[in-house]
Formats: sequence, structure tokens, C-alpha cells
Amino acid sequence: MDLVSILRIAMRALARNKMRSSLTMLGIIIGVGAVIATVGLGQGARQAVQNQIAAMGSNILFVGSGSVNRGGQRTGFGGTKTLVMGDLDAILKEIPLVKEGAPMTSSSAQLVYENQNWSTRVNGTTPAYFDVRVWPVQRGTVFSQDDVEQSANVIVLGTTVATNLFGTTDPIGKTIRVSNLPFRVVGVLVSKGYSSGGMGGDQDDTAFVPVTTLQKKMAGQTWLNGIILSAVSKDASFAAQPQITALLRDRHRIRPGMDDDFFVRNMADFAELQDQSSKTLTYLLASVASVSLLVGGIGIMNIMLVSVTERTREIGIRMAIGATEDDVQTQFLIEAVVLSLTGGFIGIALGVGISFLVTNLLGWAVLVSPWAIGTAVLFSMAVGVFFGFYPARKAARLDPIEALRYE
Amino acid sequence: MEIMTKEQTVTPSVEKSEYVIRVEDVHKYYQLGETQVHALRGVSVGIKRGEFVAIMGASGSGKSTFMNMLGCLDKPSSGHYFLEGTDVSKLTKQDLARIRNHQIGFVFQGFNLLARTTALENTELPTLYARISKEERHQRASEALTLVGLGDRIHHYPSQLSGGQQQRVAIARALVNRPSILLADEPTGNLDSRTSVEIMDIFQTLNNEKGLTIVLVTHEPDIARFAKRNIVFRDGKIRKDETVDARPVAHEVLRTMPAVDVDD
Ligand SMILES: Nc1ncnc2c1ncn2[C@@H]1O[C@H](COP(=O)(O)OP(=O)(O)OP(=O)(O)O)[C@@H](O)[C@H]1O
Ligand SMILES: [Mg+2]
Repeated sequence: MDLVSILRIAMRALARNKMRSSLTMLGIIIGVGAVIATVGLGQGARQAVQNQIAAMGSNILFVGSGSVNRGGQRTGFGGTKTLVMGDLDAILKEIPLVKEGAPMTSSSAQLVYENQNWSTRVNGTTPAYFDVRVWPVQRGTVFSQDDVEQSANVIVLGTTVATNLFGTTDPIGKTIRVSNLPFRVVGVLVSKGYSSGGMGGDQDDTAFVPVTTLQKKMAGQTWLNGIILSAVSKDASFAAQPQITALLRDRHRIRPGMDDDFFVRNMADFAELQDQSSKTLTYLLASVASVSLLVGGIGIMNIMLVSVTERTREIGIRMAIGATEDDVQTQFLIEAVVLSLTGGFIGIALGVGISFLVTNLLGWAVLVSPWAIGTAVLFSMAVGVFFGFYPARKAARLDPIEALRYE
Repeated sequence: MEIMTKEQTVTPSVEKSEYVIRVEDVHKYYQLGETQVHALRGVSVGIKRGEFVAIMGASGSGKSTFMNMLGCLDKPSSGHYFLEGTDVSKLTKQDLARIRNHQIGFVFQGFNLLARTTALENTELPTLYARISKEERHQRASEALTLVGLGDRIHHYPSQLSGGQQQRVAIARALVNRPSILLADEPTGNLDSRTSVEIMDIFQTLNNEKGLTIVLVTHEPDIARFAKRNIVFRDGKIRKDETVDARPVAHEVLRTMPAVDVDD
């Protein structure tokens, strides 16, 4: 029998029970839709992280306080109090591969201007930070090295903070209260926008003060949470890593055999880590979603079995007038595949729709790749073939005489 | 008398040309749990090209079992069935499906049309499995329906047709692939006497004009007389096999019958 005729018969058989066919397809629709949406979300997140890392520069290194276990997992960022400004100075002085560096330490604080207030993370650092991160001001200036030395009460705001405190007013030169201390706003940074993945949310919801100011007046701590460094090149960032480790182990008097009380990562490590975690998440979500695809497949098998029983007489007639086993098997298999494939296409539309909705409503990056769609099509087809096979086989194996006798 | 016995067996080459259907000592058993039903107990018969045979016999005498075997829907438990000289028991399921599709037209007792499928599509059904072009399929199906006098109802569904009309569709379907043998199991079983004669008229015409070999089963001796030869089954064996004398012509009988059948 030609494919067109088989398809026509299949369509007609399915159209005869519209409600039943739709309900059967629903399983596949939900399964494929969920897989497409979750994979899209996961890939979008990965892409966003990669973009961000690329934008940050591939020559960046991080030194964090705390240790790293064998699996590469951080056991506690900021878990130790041994990383200090002196470490940064020593790295800059003794390792020529490192071009620039800035301390990173932070504390959450309430920022108040007149009757507006806003809670955010306030970071203590040095002017070098803005160079390393390539993050210029849009108005005003960043604070100076002098401000750092004098622990001056000056603050640079991210755009989100500036907007929430000042609205349309120009913040430069205004005094705000940070944890009840008066600070003069010297600059507003350009917007970096949202980031997804481990970098976390709105990057502009932040403020920067001199590291000394934060340590002495706000957090009351002498240690740093981390150090951000830029190497002279990407290759240098790899080469610098062991040198920094050796230097800091020496400075922290860590004897051979003992674990580091800090960790050094370059961008490549970081990218890999981020990638790994979003990949894991994607696989997890996608496998949960595939379960509904499996359930959908079982639904198809169930309905096809019912259909074979209901149409026993029809099968008998077809066989009696010359349909071969293969003809009957193909007919039922195509019917199952039409069910699952139609469900698959609707599911793809649903998944893409959800992805767009998530992008627009939540601002998350979603990436629905042609690859994911192609896989979904193949997968739903495979579900139809796999779960349609047994019912089709059952139909093909019917004895024509018994099938004709069936009431 | 044309009963075949084992002693009479001649060389296959001669058989091939002479007999379209040759059955040799066929037995059929059905296993029903503990008990064994012996539906055919040694049937031997030869049917030549262009013959028109009516099979009669009491209910349960094995007529349908025999017809199903002739129609390659079922295989004998023992014995041989030669169709155009080929031993059917040696064929694969696929070969049998092909024979059912090309060589044999089967008309079932209960019409066995597909519901929700028009007369034309029902008739077209065997052509779907014959790998014929779409245009030719249509052409053949319309022709077959016209032949059985249903040319004006090709787009009707079975539920919109009378029993006689449905049986005509079933006959058209059996003829659409231009088989050389037409098998009909009680084709008039559910029909009133006038409609039955109308069906016999179609059969006689096919037999006379196209030389179609026809084997049909009937309970009614009046209907059997339209055939050229009558075979009577009893308890799974052939009890009588005779040529019909003074065979009526269905076309003429119809003229003597009232247009609307009045029940007595
Ligand atoms: N599938 C089957 N399983 C068991 N027994 C069967 C089967 N088919 C037929 N028989 C038995 O075989 C015998 C012959 O049946 P068959 O249908 O050939 O009779 P028949 O002559 O066609 O009768 P009728 O005139 O009522 O149609 C019967 O006793 C019947 O019960
Ligand atoms: Mg019968």
C-alpha cells in the first residue's frame, strides 16, 4: 500500500475518535513541551554565563578564601579569615604575569536617601576593580586610591541602586546614609544588566566603597572574601595560577601536605564549573520531563491496543481481501506515529511558547536550538514506533478467520 | 459426477489446465479444549474453469470451513488443496495474502463492509493492497459498482444502503481486482427472495459473460438451482454432487416476480 493511502486511513481512524486521540496526544504534548522548555532554559542559562564570562575577559583570575575539596566543589567561600590586602600586594609585586588586581569583600547594607531606602550588597574594593572588570562609570568618577588610603566615605552606585534611591535626580555629589554613616556619591556605573546562572540576578543592584572603609567602618573585618586579578594574557592566567598558589601557601604558612585555605580559579575553570552546574540542572529537568514522554508513550500503546481490539473485524476484512501482515502492521504503526508526531509538533510549539513567555515575563535567557527541536521530532517519532510496535504486531498476527468472526 | 478420489489422481500438468480448484482428501480438525471437532472428514473435489457450483448442506456440515479453505483464509489439517495447480499448503502467508488479493474474490455472509466508508472506498479496498495507481483504482471500483448495478450510489455509506445493495457492494469489492474465482458464503442468506434472485442474476451474468469460476454456499435449493452444479455436504463429507438439469435463468425469473415482494 502506498504511504499516502496509509496516512489517509490513519488520519481518518484518528479523526473518528477526536477526543480520545487528543487526550492520548496530551501526554506527548506535555512531555515534549516540557523537554523543549527546560532544555531551552538550561541552554539559555549556559549561553548567558558563557557570554558573561567572555565579556569579563578570559585573562581574569579569582582568589577566594576557603578551600576546595577533591571534587572541585567550594566548601565555603569566605570560610577562612586568612586572605588579606597584603596577599594582593605580594601577588602584584612578585608575580609579573599578573597585571592588576583588586580586593573583594562585601557586606549587605541599607542605603537611605531622603525618604527613599534600598537594601543591597555593598562591596569594598580599590579603583583597580573597575579596570579589571572593565566596568566604567556613566557619570561622575570612581573613588581614588587616596580615598582608599584615607578610608573615605565615598560610594559608587550601580544603576539599579541609583534609580531606586534618586529616580531622575542626579545622584553625583549627594550624600546618602549607608548603615547610618554618611557617604558622598561620586559615581554611577554603566548598566551591566541581568545575568543568569551562578553569577546571580541583577548585576546593577550593587554599590562600591573603598575596601578600607568597608573593613574598618562597616563590616569590622580585616580579611578579604576574595581577590580579582587580571593576568597579562589568557595563557598567563593559566601560568600564574600555580605561582599564586605557591606564593599564598608560603605567606599563609601552609606546610606541605596540608590543604590550601584559599582557592585560585581562572576564567576557564570558572566557565567550566558554571557550565557543569547548568548542564547538570538541564539534564535533571530534561530527564524529569522525559518521564512524561514515557507516560505519553504508554498512553499511545494503551489506546492503540484498544483500537486494535475495537477494529478486529476491520483487520479481518482487510486481511481477507489481501492485506499482508506487513500491510496491517505498517498501518497501525503509522497510526501510532501520526499520534505521537502530531503530539510532538504541538509539544514543540508549546515548549517554544513557554520559552518565549519565560524570556518575556521573567527575563531569563532561553535558547531553543534547532538541535533540540530536531531531537524532539525524532524522539516523538521513536516513541510512536516503540510504543506502537506491540499493538501493531498484535494486529498483524490476528488470524483472518477469527478476526472476521469477532463481534 | 466429478468427485475426485485418490485413485483418479492424474499428473499435475494435466490437472493444472483442467482444474482451477482441486481438493484431495482434506480433513479439518478444530481443537476445542478437550474435544476435537472434525469439521471436514476427507473431502475430494475438482472444479474446472468456468464452473458455477452451489454448495448446500445442513448447518454445521462444514460448508464455511470448506469455503474458507478454498479462499486461502484457512489451511486444511491434512490433505491437499491445489489452486491452479499450486499446492497452497506450501505457500507463505504473504503468498496467500496475494492470492486472496488477486486470484480470489470472496463474498462473506455478513457483507463485512467497513462502516463509515463509502461504497466506492469499500470497493476500492482490495486495489489498495494491489499496488495499482490511484486513477486506475477509482476507475476499477466505479466499473465494478456499475457492473453490480450500484453506479448511482457510489458515495453512499453502508448504513445508507439496503441489505441487497450492501451485498452488491461486497460483490463489487470481490470483483474489483478481476479475480478468476469468485467465492461466496451464503451471499443471499439475509436477503428476500427477489433480491436473492437479483444477486444470482449478477452471478449468472459474470459466469456466462466473463467465464468467472463461481462457488457459492446456500441453504436454499431454489437458489442452488441457478448454479450449474450442486454439491451437498453432510457431516464434513460430500454426500451428493450433481449437475443441475433445467437450470433457470435468473434474468427471466425476475420478470415473473413481483417488483415488491409480498410476504405470504
Ligand atoms: N473456529 C472454530 N473452532 C471450533 N469449531 C469450529 C470452528 N469453526 C467451525 N467449527 C465447527 O466446525 C463445524 C463446521 O462448521 P462450519 O462453519 O463449516 O459449518 P457450516 O456448514 O458453514 O454451517 P452453517 O450453515 O451454519 O454456516 C461445526 O461443527 C462448527 O462448530
Ligand atoms: Mg457457514
